[in-house]
Amino acid sequence: MPHVTLSVNGTSHSVEVEGRTLLVDLLRENLRLTGTHVGCDTSQCGACVVHINGESAKACTVLAVMCQGVEVTTIEGLAHADGTLHPMQEAFREYHALQCGFCTPGMVMSAVDLVAKHPGGMTEQQIREGLEGNLCRCTGYHNIVKAIAAAAEVMQGRRQTLAAAAE
Amino acid sequence: MNVLAPPKAVFEGIGASVRRKEDFRFLSGRGQYTDDINRPGQLHASILRSPHAHARIRAIDTAAARAMPGVAAVYTSADMAAVGGIPCGWQIHNKDGSPTAEPKHPVLAEGKVRHVGDPVAVVVADTKQRARDAAEAIEVDYETLPVAATMQQAQAQGAPAIHDGVPSNLCYDWHIGDRAVVEAAFAQAAHRVVLETTNNRLIPNAMEPRAAIGDFDPSSGEHTLWTTSQNPHVIRLLMGAFVLNIPESRLRVVAPDVGGGFGSKIYHYAEEAIVTWAAHRLARLVMWTADPTESFMSDAHGRDHISRAELALDAEGRFLALRVNTQANMGAYLSTFAPCVPTYLYATLLAGVYATPAIYAEVKAVFTNTVPVDAYRGAGRPEATYLLERLVDVAAKQCGFDKIALRRKNFIPVDAFPYQTRVALQYDSGNYFATLDQALETAGHAGFEARRAEAKARGQLRGIGVSTYLEACGIAPSAVVGSLGARAGLYEVGTIRVHPTGSVTVLTGSHSHGQGHETTFAQLVADKLGVAIANVDIVHGDTAKVPFGMGTYGSRSLAVGGSAMDKAMDKIIAKGRKIAAHLMEAAVEDIEFERGVFRVAGTDRQKQLAEISLAAYVPHNYPHDELEPGLEETAFYDPKNFTYPGGCHIAEVEIEPETGKVSLVNFVAVDDVGRVINPMIVEGQVQGGVAQGVGQALLEQCVYDGEGQLLSASMMDYTMPRADDLAPVSVATHTTLCTHNPLGVKGCGEVGAIGSPPAVMNAIVDALRDFGATHIEMPATAPKIWSIIHGTR
Repeated sequence: MPHVTLSVNGTSHSVEVEGRTLLVDLLRENLRLTGTHVGCDTSQCGACVVHINGESAKACTVLAVMCQGVEVTTIEGLAHADGTLHPMQEAFREYHALQCGFCTPGMVMSAVDLVAKHPGGMTEQQIREGLEGNLCRCTGYHNIVKAIAAAAEVMQGRRQTLAAAAE
Repeated sequence: MNVLAPPKAVFEGIGASVRRKEDFRFLSGRGQYTDDINRPGQLHASILRSPHAHARIRAIDTAAARAMPGVAAVYTSADMAAVGGIPCGWQIHNKDGSPTAEPKHPVLAEGKVRHVGDPVAVVVADTKQRARDAAEAIEVDYETLPVAATMQQAQAQGAPAIHDGVPSNLCYDWHIGDRAVVEAAFAQAAHRVVLETTNNRLIPNAMEPRAAIGDFDPSSGEHTLWTTSQNPHVIRLLMGAFVLNIPESRLRVVAPDVGGGFGSKIYHYAEEAIVTWAAHRLARLVMWTADPTESFMSDAHGRDHISRAELALDAEGRFLALRVNTQANMGAYLSTFAPCVPTYLYATLLAGVYATPAIYAEVKAVFTNTVPVDAYRGAGRPEATYLLERLVDVAAKQCGFDKIALRRKNFIPVDAFPYQTRVALQYDSGNYFATLDQALETAGHAGFEARRAEAKARGQLRGIGVSTYLEACGIAPSAVVGSLGARAGLYEVGTIRVHPTGSVTVLTGSHSHGQGHETTFAQLVADKLGVAIANVDIVHGDTAKVPFGMGTYGSRSLAVGGSAMDKAMDKIIAKGRKIAAHLMEAAVEDIEFERGVFRVAGTDRQKQLAEISLAAYVPHNYPHDELEPGLEETAFYDPKNFTYPGGCHIAEVEIEPETGKVSLVNFVAVDDVGRVINPMIVEGQVQGGVAQGVGQALLEQCVYDGEGQLLSASMMDYTMPRADDLAPVSVATHTTLCTHNPLGVKGCGEVGAIGSPPAVMNAIVDALRDFGATHIEMPATAPKIWSIIHGTR
């Protein structure tokens, strides 16, 4: 059986996998990191989004064997080591951008990368288009868009805190 | 849109937009959804499903599958002969009084398959992949049969019989109202308006696929089922009593974090019984998670009505009578609630917000070779609202009345409550004028024609549509629904456990799968008992912890579950007052209670709730002659009536003539949901509901071909609303209190999906007013709209 060595949330893992094992299965079943979710089987929904080498990717559409030597960040690795939430996580809570929570890990990981790719900020329309790869059935997206806009202000240093971002 | 102004939480009780406690685990990937459960030694189940819509099973050969590596067992219906069929929870009666057809719904197909996706066999193996591989090695010899994929095919002369003993595939033929009075009114009417319309079949698609885990402990004899359910106690009852013959005392059902339901996770599904049964057979834990495509062909679908509606009006535009004839698709088998959705959750809503003096509705429920159909967000009320609000717009156009004025003219007057409709329901309170006026103002309705002209100058077609509606939820008074065929009571249960040091645990029969109960229910306790939200834990979803419950659906958790909690808190306060009276050597009548403080009236002598609870559990100075120690109370609350939220939704659309693409440019929702406990949560529920309603109107359609093959069987083929399909939704509330529950709440979970589709469709018809289309079927896809625009040139 093939072997793959990769770093997940800063820890190195060496895992025996089948050729057909998806990255999302490696994370959920081999590493017991169940924060990354499977919501579809056609790469539509984005519940499985993680970061591979700092960029968002759908873990359901990546084979584990393709991940030799990569650095993966999952939702479990987003908060600071002392438990302080990432501004995107804080913003999602502040703006009620989640209800059942199932799409949330992938949505947050996508959003973090979306903000990183637009250092000057985004319009509402840009945020909406940037979320095309992430489905949510509960929220109607409105509060997700608000949360991302507010988090971007803080992440990109235009505001110090979320409360300040609201002014 | 001001994206940077979150609602501010000022205090923790009723009316505050408290941020959610449950968010911490969801945001850090520590939610515990059913598929997250991972136990050593677990086995995995894979279900082989029918690829045919209608076929006889001649033989099933499992030998090759059983021999494959890692396979513990392969089961078919032959192994499950002692297992009962999946029960239906509601029995409707036909016009002639006879009960409806209730053909058996076997857990695994017996001799015949009746829809693509019908479960035929199950493999249990040591890994998911091995179970899937082995399932593919099962050989089934099918003899295909003619297919009745549509209601029309199912009722045609010579149609294939889907179930034995069910002629014309007719499940029931039901009616409500007064036919003779309606016919007389039509005979005299100045205007008669007809609308024929379809309510498009939808697939709920909660983001979390269904999953079930069965376990059996041979030493205790206890069975455990973890399941993605909105109502674990109901599953325990249905599965334990009717399918597997396991007494409740030895069957524990746990619904942990559930990733959305929208109704699709109410029902008792075959897979729950399969894993519970298999776990017992093998004395091992057995896990099953739906492949998402599997979900498309096994989760209950929604809607799927074909209707003909007629409205009679007098010369001034007053509604004289409404006559409706509906066919409702049941799918291949009766799902748990299915028969009541097009009857008691639909036809009884055909008065809507109007004082229509005569109503008659007939509903035929038809079996087809498709996935079973059952309640999906709104369950019958979106179908009724869509029919009414399109009909009113059509009537206005046809008879030359203003659409808004026609509605106002027929609204139930503000002073007419309680208002008894002609279709059984009695509304307790409401003010449809207020919500209409507020919505018109917010939507800038008066200035619309200028926006239409401006859009036209840009080559775009702009339209505005209004929907005034109400719905019936807060399900339900047990005696009423029992007389209508329900086989369950629909009360709710709440236990308030005050701990010795004053923190509180609430055990609720309601279930939270996105609604935020861990926060909002704690707000109720904070408001009434004065306990900080951080010290209130809401426990739900586990039959071993919560005494009983009927679960969350039909916008009932606050109205019924919250009311049960309120009554239990009243009992706590009553007992607390007696303890306080004893401790403070006063008369019980002189003890006042407010938000956690017991005070002797007219004095400054007082005790905190935590002092009272400590005294209750360390009863050294205690009225033992009158009271038992402890401070824990349970209440069952059976509602006296449904609740009736409603309001006004206004949609504004722009259509690009070159492509037919419809864009939603503005949406205003003004809803009366009774007392608002957490405005942020209410807004979230309405936005989510509107997104689903807009999805129904513009994007979503479950598609079967003529052979009953499900074509829209993935999220690539079934169009889910995405962030850029939706516009900002303005949500506001107008409150008239519910008069019959202690909280005055009406429920808000479904109103978004109920009021919105006709608002959007009315706007599209308005935008296309120059092109002669009087009605357009949902979904209003670009090709459909393009044909209307270009077909008339």
